[in-house]
Amino acid sequence: MFSYIIRRLVVAVPTLLILIIISFVLMFAAPGGPFTSERALPDAVMANVMERYGLDQPYWKQMFDYVTNIVLHFDFGPSFQYRDRTVNDVIAQGFPVTLTYGFWSFVVAIVVGVSLGVAAAIRHNTWLDYLAVGISIGAQVLPNFVMAPILLLVFTLWLGWLPGGGWNGGQWNYVIMPVIALSTSYMASIARITRSSMLEVLNSGFIRTARAKGLPTSRIIIRHALKPAMLPVLSYLGPAFVAMITGSVVVDVYFSTGGIGQFFVNSAFNRDYSVIMGITILVGALTILFNLLVDIAYAWIDPKIRY
Amino acid sequence: MALLEIENLTVTFQTGDGPVNAVNGVSLGIDTQETLAIVGESGSGKSQTAFAAMGLLAQNGAATGKVRFDGKNLLELPQAALNKVRSQEIAMIFQDPMTSLNPYIRISDQMAEVLTLHKGMSKREAVAEAVKMLDAVRIPDAKARITMYPHEFSGGMRQRIMIAMALLCRPRLLIADEPTTALDVTVQAQIMQLLGDIRREFGTAVILITHDLGIVADFCDRTLVMYGGQIMEEGATTDVFASPSHPYTLGLLKAVPRLDRDDDILQTIAGEPPDMSRLPKGCPFTSRCTFRQDSCADIRPALTDFDGTRRRACHVPTQEVA
Repeated sequence: MFSYIIRRLVVAVPTLLILIIISFVLMFAAPGGPFTSERALPDAVMANVMERYGLDQPYWKQMFDYVTNIVLHFDFGPSFQYRDRTVNDVIAQGFPVTLTYGFWSFVVAIVVGVSLGVAAAIRHNTWLDYLAVGISIGAQVLPNFVMAPILLLVFTLWLGWLPGGGWNGGQWNYVIMPVIALSTSYMASIARITRSSMLEVLNSGFIRTARAKGLPTSRIIIRHALKPAMLPVLSYLGPAFVAMITGSVVVDVYFSTGGIGQFFVNSAFNRDYSVIMGITILVGALTILFNLLVDIAYAWIDPKIRY
Repeated sequence: MALLEIENLTVTFQTGDGPVNAVNGVSLGIDTQETLAIVGESGSGKSQTAFAAMGLLAQNGAATGKVRFDGKNLLELPQAALNKVRSQEIAMIFQDPMTSLNPYIRISDQMAEVLTLHKGMSKREAVAEAVKMLDAVRIPDAKARITMYPHEFSGGMRQRIMIAMALLCRPRLLIADEPTTALDVTVQAQIMQLLGDIRREFGTAVILITHDLGIVADFCDRTLVMYGGQIMEEGATTDVFASPSHPYTLGLLKAVPRLDRDDDILQTIAGEPPDMSRLPKGCPFTSRCTFRQDSCADIRPALTDFDGTRRRACHVPTQEVA
């Protein structure tokens, strides 16, 4: 198991390198640049700026210098847009925010989704099942860019219970609405996956054995059915977590939380090459890490999987 | 007094195509230490009879009638009381040992939970007892292997583990639902021999549900033949095999391939089993019966005693069935 994890981490290095190369090529293939504006700069000034950021070098040299700086100094370069700030600064500012509400959204989506799915499966074809299915379908058709304004309308404008935006160091009342807006549709998906896989598990032979053994229902569900029912949910969680981090741009825009999603979109509009690259690598690394965690969790649940 | 008594049991499943009547008015009894075979083809209701008695029907199924055990009607018992009977008094093993053990839990935990739950043992005592039981069903090196997962055992070994798990609380009745169907022929013989030894050693009564007449002849005191969710005939195994009193039993016995006769063609019962959602008014076997009379399709023959110890449900006189 340990050597498997090491192997996976080693393989991650070339994967990230390929990610960097492809992103680099795509970025430079797009017309325009960070200093293109409607009014052309004097040639001397432009040359100066290009030299300052190393843009006068050939592409392969730029890419080589970029990768070397990351490997040797963990330096992702200066931002082209925010003068006097490096990419490291931008990520250090935005990522903790995104990670905080991303983590809580993740927890809420799993806990509520799994509970709802299990309850629906146990009470299959009763009002509780229909209610749970109704909630999850309703939540699914409310994407975060619809949820966010609804939440703002109700809790800020009508009821006045929660602040309409800002982060304030991650104080709980600033976190609630971003978390609800971000987690709702994932919660709904998890509930649906849990319900159907739980129904399948509850019909299996080993659950009948557990009933024949005279085990109480609660023990059958928790001890015998939950683990196998979680396998399909698990494979959904890896991509879902990454999607929560990258999809957080909507949350950042509506609630002015200042997370990484907003920087990501702004940097794409502004051709802030180094910030785009930095966040792309970060998300890439998170994806690799999360898929590894999912695979480890798989092995923990299913004894037939051994690495 | 009978150990388990089933009285007028019916089982109905609600399906998308309307209700399906899997069991229709079955009554039977089994005494302590007795072995009873329930024989019938797929869909005859033999397994559902046992599932209904144990309260193990699928969610869309419902049972009516009475299942008496120790003066209690199991069908009306509250969940907690029924859980006490399950495994402590009546245990069950199933057709497919590949799927009836939980693949995600160690054998030691699956076995020990029965004892910690029902007998209040500590985990340590429970595992020690489980090892003893695995030894009894002849799992080699049980002490070391008990911490393994089901997929690390062969099919025959898994069925032995199921049997060991069923016997942990020394139940008075063991229901074996086609225990050898999913196994190799050589392993089948070993499992049946093990069940025989266990039965003598522990004094457990056994209901053996099967479609394999070969293992019935060796194993069971009494045989009960089911068709279309109803009992066709019942009697001592030797009597039923020597002189079947029902056309269906006769057909079944003729369909067993035999080496001591020079048959080129394997005998079959012509026709198909009845549609359980549209059972005929009369005898369910009518359309396939070679002895049928005018009354068979309209009037359901009652299960009546004859010869003192036997029962049969057929309009045709006994002496004509041969």
